[in-house]
Amino acid sequence: MKNPLDSLGQTVGLGFVLTVIVVFLIHAISGVA
Amino acid sequence: MELTNPDWWNFAFRWLHIMSGVMWIGHLWYFNFTQAPTMPKIPAELKPAVGKFILPAALFWFRWGAMATIATGLILAYLMNELTGALSLGIGASSTHLTALGFGMWFGIIMWFNVWFIIWPNQKKVLGLVETDDDGKKAAARTAFLFSRVNTVLSIPMLYCMASPHFY
Repeated sequence: MKNPLDSLGQTVGLGFVLTVIVVFLIHAISGVA
Repeated sequence: MELTNPDWWNFAFRWLHIMSGVMWIGHLWYFNFTQAPTMPKIPAELKPAVGKFILPAALFWFRWGAMATIATGLILAYLMNELTGALSLGIGASSTHLTALGFGMWFGIIMWFNVWFIIWPNQKKVLGLVETDDDGKKAAARTAFLFSRVNTVLSIPMLYCMASPHFY
């Protein structure tokens, strides 16, 4: 049976990956290292 | 602190913004972390208790929490004199503070839009407030669920962007 916690894990994991991308974008857009 | 001091108003709106944000994201996480994974385990005869009683009340605080969060947030950004700078992602300002805050604001605005214009209209079909057939209800529940999941993903970088500008 499909465990609904798997999709929650993917959701949270994706959120953290997106956060890392956003941190790079913050520095890239602001031009401040 | 006194009422004529702008710092007092900045603080008051920051406090209201955080409280309404907890009301909103607290319910978002309740839907995603607690209710959705538990529903399949609830015996059929007990499911109506969730659908007919808990869900409508939770959706009420969820959507109005979202509305209060965006309203107090935009007022706060205005009072801090950061509204236009942050909404334009601090481009040209060489400010990680404004860029980070701007990303947080845009994530929040997208999430607020999803709540009021996608999740809630679809939940109205699920709750029976808007007439539709069984297939329509199933499709509406699926759409509401997926956008709720999208908002849960977005809530993670959104909170990073809201909390981190203090340190930038």
